[in-house]
Amino acid sequence: MPIVGSAPSPARPSADAMWHLALSFVVLALAVPAARAQQVVGDAIPTSLTGQPGDAARGRAIVASRNLGLCLLCHSGPIAEERFQGNLAPSLAGAGSRWSEGQLRLRIVDAMRLNPDTIMPPYYRAGGLRRVARNFEGKTILSAGQVEDVVAYLATLKD
Amino acid sequence: MMRLRIGLCLASVFAASLALAQGGTDKRRSGYQDMGPSLQRMQDDGTSNPGMLFVQLGAEAWAGPAGAANKACADCHGASGATMKGVALRYPAIPEGADTPVDLEGRINLCRTTNQQAAPLPAESRELLALAAFVAHQSRGQPIAPPDDPRLAPFLDRGAAIWALRQGQLNLSCATCHDDNAGKKLAGVTIPEAHPTGYPVYRLEWQTLGSLKRRLRNCLVGIRAESYAYDSMEYVMLELFLMERARGMAFEAPAVRP
Ligand code: HEC
Ligand code: HEC
Repeated sequence: MPIVGSAPSPARPSADAMWHLALSFVVLALAVPAARAQQVVGDAIPTSLTGQPGDAARGRAIVASRNLGLCLLCHSGPIAEERFQGNLAPSLAGAGSRWSEGQLRLRIVDAMRLNPDTIMPPYYRAGGLRRVARNFEGKTILSAGQVEDVVAYLATLKD
Repeated sequence: MMRLRIGLCLASVFAASLALAQGGTDKRRSGYQDMGPSLQRMQDDGTSNPGMLFVQLGAEAWAGPAGAANKACADCHGASGATMKGVALRYPAIPEGADTPVDLEGRINLCRTTNQQAAPLPAESRELLALAAFVAHQSRGQPIAPPDDPRLAPFLDRGAAIWALRQGQLNLSCATCHDDNAGKKLAGVTIPEAHPTGYPVYRLEWQTLGSLKRRLRNCLVGIRAESYAYDSMEYVMLELFLMERARGMAFEAPAVRP
C-alpha cells in the first residue's frame, strides 16, 4: 500500500507546513497500525516495499525517463546520454554514499515527510493530493516495484 | 519559415517595448528576455513574426459584418482599430452592467452576442485568436495597466490562491516554479517568470497562435493536474493575478515563444 494520509502543505514555509509535519508524526505515533509503523523508522523505510530487492538497471532507465521518473527535470545525475538535466535540486551523483537504501526509499516515497516544503513530488503516496488529473487519479507516480528499482539504482551511485 | 508581407513600420514600437521591458531597477523579466537572440529577432520583426499573420486575419474579421445585426466591429469602433489602443492592457475587467470579470476574449465574445447578435466564437478558434491578436497588437510597447476597480479584489485574491495552491499528482504550485525557481533549468528549459506580456502568443511548439489559457493548461497538464474548463472563472482569476503581477511591464503581443 502506498503511504496515505499526509496532508498537503502550501508552497511556502508556514505555520500550516509545520502543522503538517507535526500531524504526520502524531499519525505515525498514535493511529498507525503495525504495518505502517514498521515502514517508517526515523528518516527511513528500512524494508523493501515489495519484499524483493529492486533492479538497478531498470531503476536507471526510470530515473532517465522523461515521463516515468521525471527525476532529471529537477536533478542532474551521472546519466551522460540525457543532455537536458535540471538544476532545481541537488545532483544525484553520490546519493548512494550519502544515504542508506532505507533513507533513499523514504525520500522517493514521500520526501515531504522529511521536509514539508520540499518541491520533490511524492512518488508513492496516494492521499492528500489536490485536483489530480483524471487519468492519474488514485494512482501513485511510481509503483512499489519501480520505487525499489530506483532505490537499487541510487544505491549504486557512490561518487 | 513563413514569410509575411505586412507593410507596417514596427521598428519604433519594438524599440519602445525593449526599453520598457529592461528598464531601470525593475528586476522582472519577460519570457522575451529568456529567449535566444534569433527568437527575439523573430518576434521583433513584423515580417518574420508568424503572429502578425493572425493580426492581419483579425483586421479582416474586424471589418466583416456578422450576426443578425449585420454589423462589423469597425462599425462601432472605427475602421483602423486605433480605438483599441490600451484596451488589452486593462483586461480582465468587469464589463458594464455585470459584476464578474471577463478577459479580452470574453469581452470580444460579449460584443459578438450582444452587439452583433452572433454566436460566441469558440475558445482557441482561429477567428477569436485573430480578433484578440488584432486588438492586443494595438497596445504593443505600452505598459500593462490593470484597472483600479475594487470589485476585482476578491477575484484577484482567488487568483493568488490558485497560484499558490499545490496541485496535481506532482504536487507543485505555479509559485513553486515561477516565483521560487524562475531562471533555473527544468530539464533543458529555462523557467520563465510567467508574465502574461505576449498573449495571444505564437508558440513554436504549437505551430500556431494560442491564448494565455492554452499556456496555463499546458502547465496544469505538466504537473498532472486537472485543467479548468476553457470558460471557467479560474482562468480569468489567474489572468487577473498575472496581469497585476506584471503591472507596468511592456506588452508584446503577439509575442513568439519556444
Ligand atoms: C520537482 C522537482 C523534483 C523531482 C521531479 C525529483 N526531485 Fe529529488 N529532490 C528535489 C529537491 C528540491 C531535493 C532537495 C531536498 C528537498 O528539498 O527535500 C531533492 C532531494 C532528493 C534526494 C536527496 C538528495 C541528496 O543527496 O541530498 C534524492 C536521492 C532524490 N531527490 C532523488 C530523486 C529521484 C530518484 C527522483 C525521480 C524518481 C526525484 N528525486 C525527482 C526535487 C525533485
Ligand atoms: C514544474 C514547473 C512549472 C509549474 C508548476 C508551472 N509552470 Fe508555468 N511554465 C513552466 C515552464 C518551464 C514554462 C516555459 C515553457 C517553455 O518555454 O516551453 C512555463 C510557462 C508559463 C507561462 C508563459 C510565460 C511566457 O513568457 O509566455 C505562464 C503564463 C505560466 N507558465 C503560468 C503558470 C501557471 C499559472 C501555473 C500554475 C497553474 C504554472 N505556470 C505552473 C513551468 C511550470
